Amino acid sequence: MVLRRFLRDSGHLVRPAIVLLAAMGLFLVVRSAVIPKAFGQYGHYRPGALDAIRARPISFAGQDTCVACHDEQAKVRAAGKHAHVACEACHGPLAKHADDPTANVPKRPEVANLCRRCHEKDAAKPQGFPQVATVEHSAGMACNSCHQPHNPHL
Amino acid sequence: MIPGVDGFMYPNEVELQWSLLIVLYPYITGLVAGAFILASLERVFKVEAVRPTYRLALLTALAFLLVAPLPLQLHLGHPERSIEMYLTPHRSSAMAMFGFVYLWYLTVVLLLEIWLEFRADIVRMAQTTKGLTRLVYKALTLGSENLSPAARRIDDKVGYAVTVIGIPSAFLLHGYVGFIFGSIKANPWWSSPLMPIVFLFSAMVSGIATVLLLYMASMKVKKMAIDMRCLDTIAKYLFYTFVIDFTLEMLDLIHRTYEADESFRSLDFMVHTRLWGSQVILQILLGTLVPLVLLAANQLWTFSEAKRRAMYVIACGLTLVGIFAMRWNVVIGGQLFSKSFLGYTTYKVEFAAREGLLAASALMLLPFVIFIVLVKLLPPWPERETT
Repeated sequence: MVLRRFLRDSGHLVRPAIVLLAAMGLFLVVRSAVIPKAFGQYGHYRPGALDAIRARPISFAGQDTCVACHDEQAKVRAAGKHAHVACEACHGPLAKHADDPTANVPKRPEVANLCRRCHEKDAAKPQGFPQVATVEHSAGMACNSCHQPHNPHL
Repeated sequence: MIPGVDGFMYPNEVELQWSLLIVLYPYITGLVAGAFILASLERVFKVEAVRPTYRLALLTALAFLLVAPLPLQLHLGHPERSIEMYLTPHRSSAMAMFGFVYLWYLTVVLLLEIWLEFRADIVRMAQTTKGLTRLVYKALTLGSENLSPAARRIDDKVGYAVTVIGIPSAFLLHGYVGFIFGSIKANPWWSSPLMPIVFLFSAMVSGIATVLLLYMASMKVKKMAIDMRCLDTIAKYLFYTFVIDFTLEMLDLIHRTYEADESFRSLDFMVHTRLWGSQVILQILLGTLVPLVLLAANQLWTFSEAKRRAMYVIACGLTLVGIFAMRWNVVIGGQLFSKSFLGYTTYKVEFAAREGLLAASALMLLPFVIFIVLVKLLPPWPERETT
């Protein structure tokens, strides 16, 4: 009798418990439905992501491809301090240009921002690294007015 | 010569990674924990004087809790991916585990306690309203309209148990935020085991101040009389909590000064230059000492009601500014100096950007909008108990 009364008076508390359990059940169903089957096979990620990344189109043509046609620029560059800077580090990814050079003509890099990206003066850079406060150094003149980007030494 | 940078700064330190939105995150979470702990004063510790703010504090906590993850989502971008934290949690990530603490606190503690507390009102509304409103209240009853005295007694007991569980949960919720900063051992400004405790007490201070201000504002809007006994009691608890909070912060400061490790000179210089306004003036002087003096004065002398009200409004307003400044100084201050201890950068808040002042202001206003909606849905003031 006492138990029955207790169950009657506390019956409403079962309802939030049901809501909570239903939410948890829904969560588990959704979880099992959306998590890729092989998740965690190699680490805390979806192994299929590796194939997805591999399937993406290649953006960079690579140094050897550039040199195959632009032999003249490559020679100038090889003689200067930029010898170890890859072509596409400044010119951007150009695989499409390599595939079809006439249809995909790349834009020239914007010198004003390009050079200072590496050569703006910063106390954190090694002292031997060429760096200038661009505002004081060139007074607004473009860097390539004096420096030849492929071999910048004057 | 990078604008805003002085001395030696590593390239990846020049721009701050954690913005104003990350300042908001501990601030809002702190208000939730603080408001809930104030509510627990009445429920668990039987401080009858604060009864008029009990329900208000619960709704305040809920309004702020719903907004708490939004600054993080806006900061990170791709909010639709946040669900993945629950689907495939990374057990070694403190942030991922925090998601579960948040969910536990929201569903098992706060929503359940609010439902139990307001159940009688919900049932009454479901019986007396019409149309769509009735449907909303009907849904909120979860299909049970049992308001017998025995059922209400059981509600009360379960509510008490939920609050008892809720206190450590609230401590965990905000202690966790402090833990996230305190456990970053690479940053001497953050790395301190005192961080979770300092965050917790500052959360209690800011939550109590918010509820006190919201209570006064609500009474003004509703043209109802303010219960001065309630106000004085909350102010007294605010004072006690604030004293502990300030003592802990000073303890941390003294410890750092005495220990004076290799980072000390750099951090000390930062406090005297870049953080002077936000830390010394706003946080310590205006945001802590002035409110403490005002609250202490009320413990020592008796002022007229009007004067007390004015003093409480000023003290609580300044407290909220001070705690915000504390969050700012922790989050932003921790990113202004170089790990080389030889340079400093600058943080400039943008205006109409994703992480700018406009977005931050909107996020800060949102809990108040939710609060107004909640108060309309579940009016906390008329104490109409069904027996």
